[in-house]
Amino acid sequence: MLKRILAMGSLLAISTLPVTHAGATLDAVKAKGYLQCGVTTGLAGFSAADEKGRWTGLDVDTCRAVAAAVFGDADKVRFTPLTAKERFTALQSGEIDLLSRNTTWTLTRDTNLGLNFTGVNYYDGQGFMVSKDLGVSSARELDGAAICIQAGTTTELNLADYFRTHGMSYTPVTYDKSDETVKGFAAGRCDVLTSDQSQLYALRIKLDDPESAIVLPEVVSKEPLGPVVRNGDEDWFKIVRWSLFAMLNAEELGVSSVNVEQMRETSKDPGIQRLLGLSGIKGQGLELSDDWAYNIVKQVGNYGEMFERNVGMGSPLKISRGLNALWTDGGVQYAPPIR
Amino acid sequence: MARLSRQQYAPGDHPDWEPPASSVGVLGWLRANLFSSWFNSALTFLGLYIIYLVVVPLLDWAILRADWSGDSREACSSGGACWVFVRIRFEQFMYGLYPSSEYWRINLVAGLMVATMAWLTVPRIPYKRYGVVFALFFFPVITAQLIGGGNFGLSEVETTRWGGLTLTLILAAAGIVAAFPLGILLALGRRSQMPIVRAFSVAYIELWRGVPLITVLFMSSVMLPLFLPEGVNFDKLLRALIGITLFQAAYIAEVVRGGLQAIPQGQYEAADALGLSYWKKMGLVILPQALKMVIPGIVNTFNELFKDTTLVLIIGLLDLLAIIQAALEDPKWLGYSIEGYLFAATVFWIFCFGMSRYSLAIERRLHTGHRR
Repeated sequence: MLKRILAMGSLLAISTLPVTHAGATLDAVKAKGYLQCGVTTGLAGFSAADEKGRWTGLDVDTCRAVAAAVFGDADKVRFTPLTAKERFTALQSGEIDLLSRNTTWTLTRDTNLGLNFTGVNYYDGQGFMVSKDLGVSSARELDGAAICIQAGTTTELNLADYFRTHGMSYTPVTYDKSDETVKGFAAGRCDVLTSDQSQLYALRIKLDDPESAIVLPEVVSKEPLGPVVRNGDEDWFKIVRWSLFAMLNAEELGVSSVNVEQMRETSKDPGIQRLLGLSGIKGQGLELSDDWAYNIVKQVGNYGEMFERNVGMGSPLKISRGLNALWTDGGVQYAPPIR
Repeated sequence: MARLSRQQYAPGDHPDWEPPASSVGVLGWLRANLFSSWFNSALTFLGLYIIYLVVVPLLDWAILRADWSGDSREACSSGGACWVFVRIRFEQFMYGLYPSSEYWRINLVAGLMVATMAWLTVPRIPYKRYGVVFALFFFPVITAQLIGGGNFGLSEVETTRWGGLTLTLILAAAGIVAAFPLGILLALGRRSQMPIVRAFSVAYIELWRGVPLITVLFMSSVMLPLFLPEGVNFDKLLRALIGITLFQAAYIAEVVRGGLQAIPQGQYEAADALGLSYWKKMGLVILPQALKMVIPGIVNTFNELFKDTTLVLIIGLLDLLAIIQAALEDPKWLGYSIEGYLFAATVFWIFCFGMSRYSLAIERRLHTGHRR
């Protein structure tokens, strides 16, 4: 009897203690045999199910990269479709191991929710789409324009800020839903449509003639999107963070899913050798197998491949790299070296 | 003139003159119903014109100019509806993200469901009592085992991959099957003589009727997990199911209570005079009459529940409507929302219409002259 009470007591004690011992999430994920990843219920280019029911998209590939690093198999991941409101709860409650759901990294979210952003897999920001006929090539020429906008979003505030800063005037034409916004734009109710850039490209496809509109280069707000993990498990945090870094490093070093096999055999470049686990620290610090980064690149690809396939030129969205180009190409995607 | 009216016929000899051609047949009907006065004629033409304005472009768009074949958006070039999108995604709308090699499991459950329904509803099939037991206790377990898998050599399919019409039907069926008995108990409890039982029933019913379903779903998906200790996870679908059941039971209870109140006091007293116990009185005398009377109300509630299940899309469950919305986000198929929503509306209409026809049929069959 006493034994039983003691056992129950210790069980209670364990379950109420915050989980602090190293790698708890990694152990749990390995024990389960798969990674549980939270994605959107459907967002073009980031996570959407195709005809076969397979999840595809930039956020989905970010999950697959982590699975490849942990298991050596990018398919050992299960997806939980989440709405914007329940995403943080799902992560906090342990329902998912990793949240990769088009989530903007802000100070409030980083500090108040008991969560950690591991990096940025897409630098988004508010932009403008105009009809080609307008003959405008920069947002600075938009003085006096009528602008279609979705009501009640931060986009509205950013827009006001931008126009005030540059001493320009505009007429807002507000709609409730993004579909209505694009209909309004198509019907000529406004000259300009504003939204996050990644959304603009998706909205553009909904036009009868997508080629008739262009997205202006200016970005007027910062929306860094990235994967999120729970606080208090540094080891897991680092695995997720370095999975993305590995993809960036691979692109920078010219290693892709096509040539990674051959690179591993023949490359003399010490950077590539360290990336692919042939020399240097290998998998030690992350408690992963030595070929973790090799598996990511082999099965998911490098960052550039992931980008082009899901949102870039290889996809219907045709978003240009812009800010998401590597630092060596004038973008801001930059990863610490693997050494 | 006077001669005509005085004409006498022997019984059976009256010549049956045809009525005037303008008062019978299609022409007569048109005249009586559509063109009985100049005002009605004007209204008729106005109506026809409005139908012409709406229906002709709709038919033109949905059928005449529509694209049916092909397998990419390039096939949709005629400017009409793009049913290619619905065709390509049809399996997904039906089965959700379920692995296609396992579709047979869902089909088997669907077949089993139809068979069970036939057992319960076709009067000629005997052993109804066993049918009810099977439907209430065995069928849900078999369904969960088959669709969920994990035992008997079936591969496990996690609930996040359940979806489409399958999920809609699971939610509605489970909500109906579980909420109905609970609702009857609550209705009886609310009319009970025992103060604690009555107070509990009243509190339960008023509490659940006082909150919107959307709140219940939010609580189940966003709040509940925070109260549970870390690592303890109920399945999200299960949480939603429990929420829907508890919510729906309160509404059923009030419908059933309406029926109970409509039973004349004499029936209660007669049952008491026969010396029946409480449960026998209710089971044999009161409830059969009460439930029969509230069939329209019950079907109405179920009909609502069936449509309300679409609310689960706000907690990320991919029911029929949600999976259509998700499919609309496939970069390859952006911009075909009208086709998708029309399809959803059609499916929902077929089910709801079927339900209401079925309820009319039961009403007729159970009719024992109680209708006033």
